Amino acid sequence: MSTLVTQAGALAMRSIARTARQPASAIPPLIFPVALMAVNAAGLRSSTQLPGFPTGSFLAFALAVPFIQGALFSTMNAGTDLARDIQTGFLSRLSLTPMRGSALLAGQLAGIVVLGLVQAVFYVIVGFVVGVDFEAGALGIGVLLVFAALVSLGFGALGSFMALRTGSGESIQGLFPLLFVFLFISSMNAPRNLIAVDWFRYAATLNPVSYLIECVRSLIITGWDAEALALGFGVAAAIAAGSLVLASRGLKTRLTRT
Amino acid sequence: MSPGNSIVAEQLVREFKKGPRAVDRIDLYVAPGEIYGFLGPNGAGKSTTVLMLTTLLPPTSGTARVAGFDVVKEGPKVRASIGAALQEAALDPLLTGRDHLRLQTMLQGIPREERKPRGNELLERVGLTEAADRKVKGYSGGMKRRLDLALALVHRPSIIFLDEPTTGLDPQSRAALWEEVARLAREDGVTVFLTTQYLEEADVLADRVGIIDHGRIVAEGTPAALKAEIGRASVHAVPCREDDRASIAAFLRRFGEPLGGAGDLAVRLDAGFGLADVVRALDADGIAVDDIELRQPTLDDVFLAKTGRTLEGAAEEAETEPVGAGARRR
Repeated sequence: MSTLVTQAGALAMRSIARTARQPASAIPPLIFPVALMAVNAAGLRSSTQLPGFPTGSFLAFALAVPFIQGALFSTMNAGTDLARDIQTGFLSRLSLTPMRGSALLAGQLAGIVVLGLVQAVFYVIVGFVVGVDFEAGALGIGVLLVFAALVSLGFGALGSFMALRTGSGESIQGLFPLLFVFLFISSMNAPRNLIAVDWFRYAATLNPVSYLIECVRSLIITGWDAEALALGFGVAAAIAAGSLVLASRGLKTRLTRT
Repeated sequence: MSPGNSIVAEQLVREFKKGPRAVDRIDLYVAPGEIYGFLGPNGAGKSTTVLMLTTLLPPTSGTARVAGFDVVKEGPKVRASIGAALQEAALDPLLTGRDHLRLQTMLQGIPREERKPRGNELLERVGLTEAADRKVKGYSGGMKRRLDLALALVHRPSIIFLDEPTTGLDPQSRAALWEEVARLAREDGVTVFLTTQYLEEADVLADRVGIIDHGRIVAEGTPAALKAEIGRASVHAVPCREDDRASIAAFLRRFGEPLGGAGDLAVRLDAGFGLADVVRALDADGIAVDDIELRQPTLDDVFLAKTGRTLEGAAEEAETEPVGAGARRR
């Protein structure tokens, strides 16, 4: 067990050091979602006048989106990092050590989770700066950070799986817009019960990303909503579990060492 | 074959989908402390052999034992005994040299208190102490290769595999790496399995050389023995005028068998002839040449004799082969 921890720790440190040393890849995941939120809030502010809209502040409503959008960046970061290791032969170097496959995944994902937490803390601070009240209070913010870590873990594992499957950073970047489609066809800009277009409402209801957003949103604008929390954590845990299984299988195939 | 060989491969084969056999029934016996040079052009099967011997690629058939362990059944034990610097230094450009050594010592299970001293020792050994805290993206090709070598040595392996360690390096960096590799074998008794496409590298460094072409070993022995096998020297002449080329070629054929592949006119001298005989005959026939030179056999001559091509020609041929032939799956 201690060997696994040492190995995972070494790889996590590498992952964090890489992120810290290339601000060009760490800053966009922080800034871009906030910029998108600002644009949406400016254009959709009047939505709050709709009967049944859950809050009078569109910023408070929209603040949930950056948490999930930032986590989607984790998919790309984890995927491109691992794909580069495959392409450059760094994975082969690691394969020649007694490193366990689980340590590689744990280390890589630990770095992504740390980045996800940094992003989440940044968005919480942005929320405070723009005057959003977190209805669930300090404990709710703690739960929000745990949830952000879980979502980053799930999306990071998904990115790792795609990297192990394709072995190409370009393929990961090519898949990224597809993941964003899930974000846009969700309840990111309107509560599902207020979406008037039938097909969009059905699609948003089927889309797991809606439940991730609604979980975060409930902590910000509602307080403690057991159903939203259960659905959000359930979906996030399912994505994380499924992605981890896929990534582990992908790693087994990729590490062809005897 | 000695039972104590560091590396033993018998009838080793690797086939890829939609391609010819990359490695075709090769036998290898490498003694402890020996530097074995695996020489061949691009696509000959050198790297595929290394991948199999380092457990990164399962053989299609045949057997191989490294440090006494079966590469298929005892992969972890093989990996614990070997170090490897594979083709292209696989380094993280955002990490420093010291970061790399820290990571490698942790992954290799070096005890915590020994990690730093071991890293410092290796940095000093490969001459990277001053550059240790610089990011690798600022390293020269030679520095990267030396760091690669240091990483391969972290856990004090008894056998190291170096896959084209000096490709792309300037002569000075190449010589520095040769010196370090020779020192490893001479002073530390490490067995070195080195692939190269450079004749000089194999000639200078290797105790024994295996020449591989199209996946098969076509010659093996000490560089001296291989050259002695070819035996006869060759005469190379440069005509004064291009118009004289045909007549000089015809003239030289009186003294031996013409050599292909060279840009100049050359023959492998038949027994009993020397350079003086050729020069005297040139004078007697009134033939002028710009330059004439006697060359002792080289490993390229060995390659030519065994395959009918020069190493350079074989490399060019490999580059023009259709995609898919010999393609690697990984």
